[in-house]
Amino acid sequence: MALAADGLQVAPTRVERIPAAYWVVGALLLIMPLLANDFVLFQVFGWTFIMGLIALSLMFLAGYGGMVSLIQMTVAGVAGYMTAILGSSGVEQISLGLPWYVYIPAAIAIATLFGTLVGALAVRTEGIYTIMITLAIGSAFYYFAKQNYGIFNGYTGFNLVVPPDLFGVDWRQPIAFYYLTLGCAVLGYLAVLYVARAPFGLALQGVRDNPRRMAALGFNVTAHRILAYSLASVLAAVGGILLVWQNAQISPGTVGIPVVIDVLVIAVVGGLRHPIGPFIGALIYVLLRTFTPDVLAAFGQSGERYKLLIGLGFLLVVFFSPDGVLGLWERWRARRRRDPLKGAAQ
Amino acid sequence: MRRADAIADRLGAVGSGNALELRGITKMFGALAAISDVTLTVRPGERRAVLGSNGAGKTTLFNCVTGDFLPTSGTIRLFGEDVTNFPAHERIRRGLRRTYQISLLFGGLSVRDNVYLACRGVSRGRFSLIRPRRGEALMARAEELIEAVHLGDVRDSLVASLSYGQQRQLEIALALAGAPRLILFDEPAAGLSPTERADLVAILTGLPAHIGFIIIEHDMDVALRVAQTVTMMHNGRIFKEGSPEEIENDPEVQELYLGDGSHAHG
Repeated sequence: MALAADGLQVAPTRVERIPAAYWVVGALLLIMPLLANDFVLFQVFGWTFIMGLIALSLMFLAGYGGMVSLIQMTVAGVAGYMTAILGSSGVEQISLGLPWYVYIPAAIAIATLFGTLVGALAVRTEGIYTIMITLAIGSAFYYFAKQNYGIFNGYTGFNLVVPPDLFGVDWRQPIAFYYLTLGCAVLGYLAVLYVARAPFGLALQGVRDNPRRMAALGFNVTAHRILAYSLASVLAAVGGILLVWQNAQISPGTVGIPVVIDVLVIAVVGGLRHPIGPFIGALIYVLLRTFTPDVLAAFGQSGERYKLLIGLGFLLVVFFSPDGVLGLWERWRARRRRDPLKGAAQ
Repeated sequence: MRRADAIADRLGAVGSGNALELRGITKMFGALAAISDVTLTVRPGERRAVLGSNGAGKTTLFNCVTGDFLPTSGTIRLFGEDVTNFPAHERIRRGLRRTYQISLLFGGLSVRDNVYLACRGVSRGRFSLIRPRRGEALMARAEELIEAVHLGDVRDSLVASLSYGQQRQLEIALALAGAPRLILFDEPAAGLSPTERADLVAILTGLPAHIGFIIIEHDMDVALRVAQTVTMMHNGRIFKEGSPEEIENDPEVQELYLGDGSHAHG
């Protein structure tokens, strides 16, 4: 804090402008390993950050670009498969065993290329047709991976896919994995926030609001949409690599249609308007998936019914808050800020 | 080699030609000809008004020129270069600009971001992932444009929250971004108050001499005050061309257009 002598107003620095709530959440996330057990760190938070990252790539496309793509989970899956194929796994006759500094960038690059190609096809369509074409390519990849034994090892997939022992740390230990996934999630989140205000991000939002006008301002609308797919693919690819490390395996089921739909549900339930939405959605999804089977079992119901709960939750959100949990939160805050007597915002 | 040829072609064409040359432009919507066989030449720096009743094909003509859609037949040359099959953004990058009859703006972005986007669209770095710095030249240019259309007080407001008149002003700021050489104004005065109309006329007449424009306008006061030449359209065809005085005093025009109460716009 600088001295504000003689009534001189000192503009707050960038750090001072960050609201207190953010500091609290940030500090909580940093000290989480002191508060939570290994299961919560690895299974709940690790999975939340991973699914959040993959859903974040959809939020970037849908929220800023107005393109609802169902390919993001498949892009993540391509990155995961490449990690297993180029790196090492239990399937030694297929995996190439390349060093980490080769297979990690290569997996991200190949997945990004794949996502960009799908994008180049999908951007020529609008709305429901974008959903259909990406879903079609996603299911084609699922069946291809399931039936191809030469590269994708068919139905079995790959097991024993673990992160490299960088800096002498076993990154699958819960605390290390927690910080690894947290770091990637925060980086992805900040990158999306930053790019949203860069010329490309602004132009992408312009394309979303009014593609015809963007062309009349000199922008190549198609090229902007395709590049958006490329950037989103990088996020999904990082999520895919973390996912294969967390499960230590990847198989066609990882990229199956139910998971593809789950990513859409996570992004919509969380909210597509702000990059924090996908992480909120992912936390809700992971909590439901992790704990409802036990709760249901306690009531004498089959644990498999958690899907029914997720579906009902999705319906409720879509009915009552089309902009997700984030929208609910914003409306609640706006109501609190209203003066109860005068009605106007304070 | 082909690239060098293309550049040579373009260089040869620059400056030699007219700002805009339309040859036999026809646009069919199904069996309906919205415009048929329109041939029109606009010199660099020329200010021309296009008049005509509703359905005369004025906006369709604009849409063909900017590339919002391709004409069914005919050729379009922009500053000597054949742009008939160019996408809209390529024509804009060659100095063409337009405004829309119904404001087409980015409601979810601020006034500053709208104008900044317009400046960015006709310069390099359209795909830049680096945020603009405060002192950036394009930002400064955007600020100038905002001042020029009197939107300084609302520069940080979301465009969706602006009044109708302010949105029309913003339309004009977007069209002035970069280095325009030929601007198409589609009913810029529609719905403006008398004061705002006076502002508009001041902006249009104050444009640098090398910037030509074509204006579609139902308000004769505005149209005839800013234009040097007038083109009358009727049923998708060019009906008459001349100076504002000639058109005003032409008995045929008076009978067809000025006399029959077509002043109303829509």
